[in-house]
Amino acid sequence: MAPSPDTDSQTHMGDDTPNEMACQELVEVITDYLEGTLPKSDRARFDAHLATCPGCREYVEQMRALIRLSGSLTAKSIEPATRDSLLRAFRRWRDSQPNL
Amino acid sequence: MPVTNGRYEWAVALRTGDRTSEGELIDRLQRGDEAAFTWLVDTYSPSLKRLALVFVSVDAVAEEVVQETWLAVLTGIARFEGRSSLKTWLFKILTNRAKTRAVREKRTVRFSELGPEDGDEPAVSPERFLPPDDPSFPGHWSTPPHPWSGAIEQAVLRRETMEVLRRGLENLPRSQRTVVMLRDVEGWPAHEVCAAFELSEANQRVLLHRGRSRLRAILETYFAEDA
Repeated sequence: MAPSPDTDSQTHMGDDTPNEMACQELVEVITDYLEGTLPKSDRARFDAHLATCPGCREYVEQMRALIRLSGSLTAKSIEPATRDSLLRAFRRWRDSQPNL
Repeated sequence: MPVTNGRYEWAVALRTGDRTSEGELIDRLQRGDEAAFTWLVDTYSPSLKRLALVFVSVDAVAEEVVQETWLAVLTGIARFEGRSSLKTWLFKILTNRAKTRAVREKRTVRFSELGPEDGDEPAVSPERFLPPDDPSFPGHWSTPPHPWSGAIEQAVLRRETMEVLRRGLENLPRSQRTVVMLRDVEGWPAHEVCAAFELSEANQRVLLHRGRSRLRAILETYFAEDA
């Protein structure tokens, strides 16, 4: 859910406190965040927003889940005929090596 | 945990970069140990072929590129001194061969310029957020993401989810597909993707961001239909 409005944070929270991050901004800087390239001040805004926004926490978790899932995609191997011909090539190679 | 032929140790070594066991594997290859070669071929061919298909479009050509790579390994293994890891060497040979073939296929393998499909498309449709003039919460979710991140890895859903993801990936614009494939599927570090495609770090991140955002949206639609 949306956190408390913070539009005049500059005045009531001191000069060091940057504007609060909106969800729409968060979904655009999430990759910089996950890549560790988000500037420090924006990173703090990102974290502060996450602490109060379940919707964005779920969004970040979805991204992390997607990345994990992508990493576990399996690939199809080469054709058995290709594999056989490679193993034959290996034996030819081995038999042609004078030191083996 | 010793296993016959040291296969377990090799697998661990190649995953963790343990150079002692990797050294033993290289040694066995140089001595003409067929079990070592077979293990390597079976372990890496799927990944090599998938990588080849990033560069060349035809399955049979990718198959040939993988074959050429292994033959180059045989020619080069005697001189291989282990300055880079075996895995890095393998993927480098593959990438070079695949690029050569791609040029012959007249497919450009550089995309230092972002294509129109990589432009300003938002990660999430603006309709999902409150408008900028909303008095209370401008830019905050009006329709927050329906929660599915916890369910995604459940065994029952997994197979179908993987298929949805695989199709989604295939349908991404080529530049995005390439970056997501190398970074998230193959696990390359950002700087290697940049080097292989002459991409700036910033453009690499834009492509990764667009690609991931699209895939997330595809999974969201899939889980919404499923619910």
